[in-house]
Amino acid sequence: MAVETNPAVEVKNLSRTFGTFEALKNLSLAVRPGETLAIFGHNGAGKTTLLKILSTVMKPTGGEIYYGGLSIAADAENIRRRLGVVSHRSFLYSSLTAYDNLVFYSRLYDVAGYETRIKHLLNQLGLRSRMYDKVGTFSRGMSQRLAIARALLHRPEIVLMDEPESGLDSSAMDTLWQLMREDCRTIIFTHHNLERGFQAASRVVIMARGRMFFCPDIKCSPGELEKAYASSLETA
Amino acid sequence: MKRKVLFFISAGLLLLSFYMVLVFVPTEKDMGIVQRIFYYHVPLAWVAFLAFFVVFFASIGYLVKRKPRWDHVACASAEIGLVFISLMLLTGMIWAKSAWGVWWIWEPRLTTSLVLWFVYVAYFIVRAYVVEEERKARFGAVVGIIGFLNVPLVFLSVTLWRTQHPPLTIFTDGLAGSMMATLLVCLFAFNFFYIYLLAEVTLMKADERAVRQLKEKSIRRNS
Amino acid sequence: MREIAKAFTIAAKDVLTEIRTREIISSVVVFAVLVIVIFNFAFGSNQQAAGLVAPGIIWVTFAFAGILSLNRSFILEKEEDCIEGLMVAPISRESIYLGKFFGNLFFILLIQAIVIPVFSLLFNVGFFNIELVLITVMASVGFASVGTLFAAMAVSTRARELVLPVLFFPVITPVIIAAVNASAAILDGGVLSSITQWLGIIGAFDVIFLVASYLIFCFIIEE
Repeated sequence: MAVETNPAVEVKNLSRTFGTFEALKNLSLAVRPGETLAIFGHNGAGKTTLLKILSTVMKPTGGEIYYGGLSIAADAENIRRRLGVVSHRSFLYSSLTAYDNLVFYSRLYDVAGYETRIKHLLNQLGLRSRMYDKVGTFSRGMSQRLAIARALLHRPEIVLMDEPESGLDSSAMDTLWQLMREDCRTIIFTHHNLERGFQAASRVVIMARGRMFFCPDIKCSPGELEKAYASSLETA
Repeated sequence: MKRKVLFFISAGLLLLSFYMVLVFVPTEKDMGIVQRIFYYHVPLAWVAFLAFFVVFFASIGYLVKRKPRWDHVACASAEIGLVFISLMLLTGMIWAKSAWGVWWIWEPRLTTSLVLWFVYVAYFIVRAYVVEEERKARFGAVVGIIGFLNVPLVFLSVTLWRTQHPPLTIFTDGLAGSMMATLLVCLFAFNFFYIYLLAEVTLMKADERAVRQLKEKSIRRNS
Repeated sequence: MREIAKAFTIAAKDVLTEIRTREIISSVVVFAVLVIVIFNFAFGSNQQAAGLVAPGIIWVTFAFAGILSLNRSFILEKEEDCIEGLMVAPISRESIYLGKFFGNLFFILLIQAIVIPVFSLLFNVGFFNIELVLITVMASVGFASVGTLFAAMAVSTRARELVLPVLFFPVITPVIIAAVNASAAILDGGVLSSITQWLGIIGAFDVIFLVASYLIFCFIIEE
């Protein structure tokens, strides 16, 4: 008898409108525990909106979302405890030091023994020397790395990332994925580069005009991905 | 159909009120002709506060139900309320000038209405500077709720403040029968007129929204 | 309670930011002192007049300074979308409100603690007794309660410098009236028992608007 495990993330008939603009239309998606899912799509396909709703920042106008069987509507706080989010903006306070920022988020996430955890992450991301510098003095790449540290402080089970590699050089990118694999089980991320995204993912999907355009259950071939992406651009 | 009925009732009552205020009711002995403004001032005040209560109620309704209808009612009632309260303040000022020789006195009811006027204006300013339609409605609802909760406190504080000064009486004697009748007719007239206006403006807002949405859709289709 | 602990974490973060930048101390305090000095020029060197208007001046100054401080608290969170960082954390929306409220209250009280001695010096008015401290603290709670809610709103509009004062001033009218009158009574040599009604108004305001803002805040920050 097969044991059905709940999908790590399940989206059912999700819709979100802004006035008359339908950013998401009846979108459904299931992500298995342990998957690294890459979401591709043209500009304005709704990727960022989807991530914002998944991270509970935005409420959908219709549909439901479940994390391991728990619904967002009922159990948001518990879900957030296991969620790590990397967005376009860093969520970092520029007048505070890197250390201040990470201590703050450690306290919000009830991270035990955060001193060691912070030092470990900063070491891995090559930011240890800048620990006591104000974040306002950081370059784009450094803020991005610090934002990743912020997201991973509490060892989240599920990580949502919007263009995580932007601003990073290749060694930082490698560190990023290595850190992810250390602690997190399920990863959902968007990417603008088909090749890079395909490399990092265990499964890829494409969104177009607020819907799932190409949603295979298992990882397709690079050729298939390219073809599907090209036709998704035509519908845009 | 219902709107036509409302229209005729309010029009009828308003005409009746004009007759009663201008012709029927006797001139008051102390203040003379200007006193007749009282028969409009009081109903205007009543309706202005009623309108604001409706804004409060509809605002809560919107936050709970999130249906645009509630926002249309709230916004319509706020628009009507703003007009009525402006008229109430104007009539109050005319009254004050002829009764006490000054254009304005810091009397509890007038002062509370003045603060309410500012809250109404804030309601529209906030809405004007919010881009997204849904957020506009939400923010407006918050102003509608907080502003209304504020009214009794303003009235209390001004009353307490002004009891330290000699009180100003509106009338030395009671109201004569004919005066009471006139006042009641005006009150009814304005109430019906408010309900009629609310129905009309709410529907207008729904239409405005439909037009906006059609515009947006066609712009998007053509781009 | 964990919720309060998380709220204090947020407030502590705001205090730490101030320690690192010293923005409030430098800009808001200087502003407040300037306002007081200008008022002094406006009222001339008449010692008697100064004594009469002193309570009014100090509270108007606090209202203006309060606006600056409140605005700043959410501009911080708009940068780099930090407010989203708070929304994604395992804390309730209400804790976010409480956290910002505590932070704002702390800064308002801090500003007052610095400005009042300066004021006493310039106006030759003693502000150091327990009743005045009580009035000041209670009124500051009122300022911070609605101020935090309105600042969160204002920062999401296209005209934040206009929206916050337009909302804030009408709504805190009862607090201003009560605080000014209570302060005046105490400065005139009154005792605690003479101002209980004023304190009652401020207290009622604090309770009503803390609860209302606490409950309504989530509707402001959701996207």
